[in-house]
Amino acid sequence: MSDVTLQIDGKEVSAREGMTILEVAQREGITIPTLCHHEKLEPFGGCRLCTVEVDDRGWTSYVASCVYPVKKNIAVKTRSEKVDRIRKTIIELLLAHAPDAFELQKLAEEYGADRDRFEKQASFCIHCGLCVRYCDEVKKAHAIGFVDRGIRKEISFIPEIAAQVCWDCKECFPLCPTEALQAAYVLTKALYPPKTEGDPKALGR
Amino acid sequence: MDTERVDQIIDKHHGEASSLIQVLLDIQSENHWLPKEALERVSQRLQVPQARIQHIATFYKAFSLVPKGRYEIHICMGTACHVRGAQRILDTVQELTGIKPGETDLDLKFSLQTVNCLGCCALGPVMEIDGKTHGKMGTSQTADVLKSYD
Ligand code: SF4
Ligand code: FES
Ligand code: FES
Repeated sequence: MSDVTLQIDGKEVSAREGMTILEVAQREGITIPTLCHHEKLEPFGGCRLCTVEVDDRGWTSYVASCVYPVKKNIAVKTRSEKVDRIRKTIIELLLAHAPDAFELQKLAEEYGADRDRFEKQASFCIHCGLCVRYCDEVKKAHAIGFVDRGIRKEISFIPEIAAQVCWDCKECFPLCPTEALQAAYVLTKALYPPKTEGDPKALGR
Repeated sequence: MDTERVDQIIDKHHGEASSLIQVLLDIQSENHWLPKEALERVSQRLQVPQARIQHIATFYKAFSLVPKGRYEIHICMGTACHVRGAQRILDTVQELTGIKPGETDLDLKFSLQTVNCLGCCALGPVMEIDGKTHGKMGTSQTADVLKSYD
């Protein structure tokens, strides 16, 4: 594959065609904040926190860097007044779901986001999809999925599958930025206890 | 709905994963809802994870994961029907069937749903039952129409 040259934060860099802006930035040691990105998973473009400014022959646009492939001669700015403002609003919207999530608080501090700007929401899931995609793409267990849509979208375990595979896996737990996943798991387990429940060996956690 | 019938529907669509929505639609229209056993069978035969089926079945309003009545009443609450008295029609239907929008009666006879514009505003207020359009409804006609279903 051929190489393309582009500019990131004023620096001339070259990249393989097909790479995303995020990948190139990371290689160059430039940090772009992300929430739904995971190197083992397909790009998702769900949170939009990785938004950057792209100047393509005089046209400026704001794109999600984790899904945007590099292009010849574009100039990328990973921070600008508008980029910061976009990220701040995204963080504020997410804080309405998960005001105490550590990752969000760190971001809020950096971007000056107000945790009380939007009315609090009942669910702390921020729909990053990390749990769902990890279970699908890496573990191939398909124990968890999204249900419903729009403002009612939620994550949901398939209890029968969860009872068989999740107990010994739980690899998605540390991925969740908000602990909504753990809460959903506890609930699922209460409704449909794993088969090992009651077995003293398994209970000796 | 028995497994055999579910299998027939799946066979009709050659058991292809890409026909998932079509299969679900067929089960829904024949059975009025998607029972868990049927979805498990579909998952097994089409090799589509249950989580994915659940996502699709909850995403589209055409699907229901709870039992629905034999007749599905849709009452249009769109602007044109609204100004022509859709609320009165809805009230009448609620009173006669004893159910509110989103509900199904105990005999599994009627399910009630409100919609926003059925695309035939000139006929407003409109009530649709199982795809049949009843236009220019008044309260007494509404009662007559409901009685004609058993
Ligand atoms: S439960 Fe956590 S990991 Fe899963 S989608 Fe919600 S926020 Fe992301
Ligand atoms: S990290 Fe790019 S959209 Fe979430
Ligand atoms: S508003 Fe009722 S059919 Fe259009």
